[in-house]
Amino acid sequence: MEQFLDTFLNPVVLAKYTPAILQGTMVTVILSVLIVLCGIGLGAGLACIRAYRVRLISFVIVIFADVLRALPPLVVILLMFFGLPNVGILLSASVVLFIVLTLVLAAFAEEIVWAGITATPKGQWEAARSTGLTFTQTLFHVVLPQAMRMVIPPLTNRAIAITKMTALGMVIGVPDILGQATTAQSFSANASPLTLAAIAYVVLFLPFVIASRWLESRFASPGA
Amino acid sequence: MEQIIQQFFNVEIMIKALPLVIKGLGITLLICAVVIPMGAIGGLFAAIGSLSPNRAVRWLSIGFVDLFRAIPPLVLLIFIYAGLPFAGLSLSPFVAVTIGFFLNNSAYFAEIFRAGLLSVPRGQTEAARSTGLSQAQTLTYVTLPQATRNVLPDLLSNVVEVVKLTSLASVVSLGEMLHAAGLVRSLTYNASPLILAAGIYLLLLWPLVRVIARFERRIAS
Repeated sequence: MEQFLDTFLNPVVLAKYTPAILQGTMVTVILSVLIVLCGIGLGAGLACIRAYRVRLISFVIVIFADVLRALPPLVVILLMFFGLPNVGILLSASVVLFIVLTLVLAAFAEEIVWAGITATPKGQWEAARSTGLTFTQTLFHVVLPQAMRMVIPPLTNRAIAITKMTALGMVIGVPDILGQATTAQSFSANASPLTLAAIAYVVLFLPFVIASRWLESRFASPGA
Repeated sequence: MEQIIQQFFNVEIMIKALPLVIKGLGITLLICAVVIPMGAIGGLFAAIGSLSPNRAVRWLSIGFVDLFRAIPPLVLLIFIYAGLPFAGLSLSPFVAVTIGFFLNNSAYFAEIFRAGLLSVPRGQTEAARSTGLSQAQTLTYVTLPQATRNVLPDLLSNVVEVVKLTSLASVVSLGEMLHAAGLVRSLTYNASPLILAAGIYLLLLWPLVRVIARFERRIAS
């Protein structure tokens, strides 16, 4: 037992590296907030553009969403981080991580919001249009609010799954929780920083996981 | 423009990388073949547990699912691969990946099966039990088949997620497809091998993504 504590919860190591992991936690939190805001915003925007049903534009959006949903994010991250400098575009690791995860979340959010828009009853469109609202007004004032409400549970789940992927930043050297922890672990030759990282992620994400479970039961349509 | 082709779509380098990447693909598929059934079975048990009338079993199952949904899979993997050796438990990359992904996948599969089991009307269970089927028989022959059918698109889309997840194994130097492509990239200073790997992932997963989209539309209508 003592050996176990010494290896995984060593007080000396923990005291020394807690500040670094807290710094990493800040990085993770800031990146996560930015990714969720930009990703969902971009995805919802694309779904709205798709609602105008201009064939060529819809086609491009569908390809974008399909490709980013089929590719492992780590592949895209490595591709951008190691490939772009060769053609003269230099981006920091954090920026690459932000761009890739925002695009991936946007791809999923577009599909989810689009499903919500198509699931809104046709009568809503017709009623709104017949009162004299334009197509754009109908979309933004009548359909989108209902669609967004419908898709809150799947959108929450997906946002959690993708913000957790900020841990992938460790591979290209982003100083997030996992990045700080692996550095600390190799300096201290002790597993405690990794334990601390796992705890940090649980503290950060568990409330959202529990909230998403509650949202799902609350929004579940009666009978389904 | 020429520079982009040279750096990203260099056919010569892709051909050189191909044998290694294909070998990596084999390992990627092997991981999937091991991890997907294990995760699905683990998830099924966790789902059944999370609906158990026994309070201890229920909370333990829900705790397990929530914990492993909150920890990023890469953190879990590195903890198992780089952390456990300090306690004298050294695992091969393959075993570490299998354990890490099993825990992560079980949690996700559990959520899906749980939703499926909840979607089966209570009357089905009551009717089955009243015909004399045991609890286990009811689950196997009545509830579970309906539950699985109801959440088939979600199960499939989780399979896609697992295939994508295997790319994390590259971080612990298990020679799967991304690791192989990354190796050739670092030797040639050229991103084309990564494009090759991306192409193979697309070839593998795009059809599945399309099938899922069609499924979802059919269920919605």
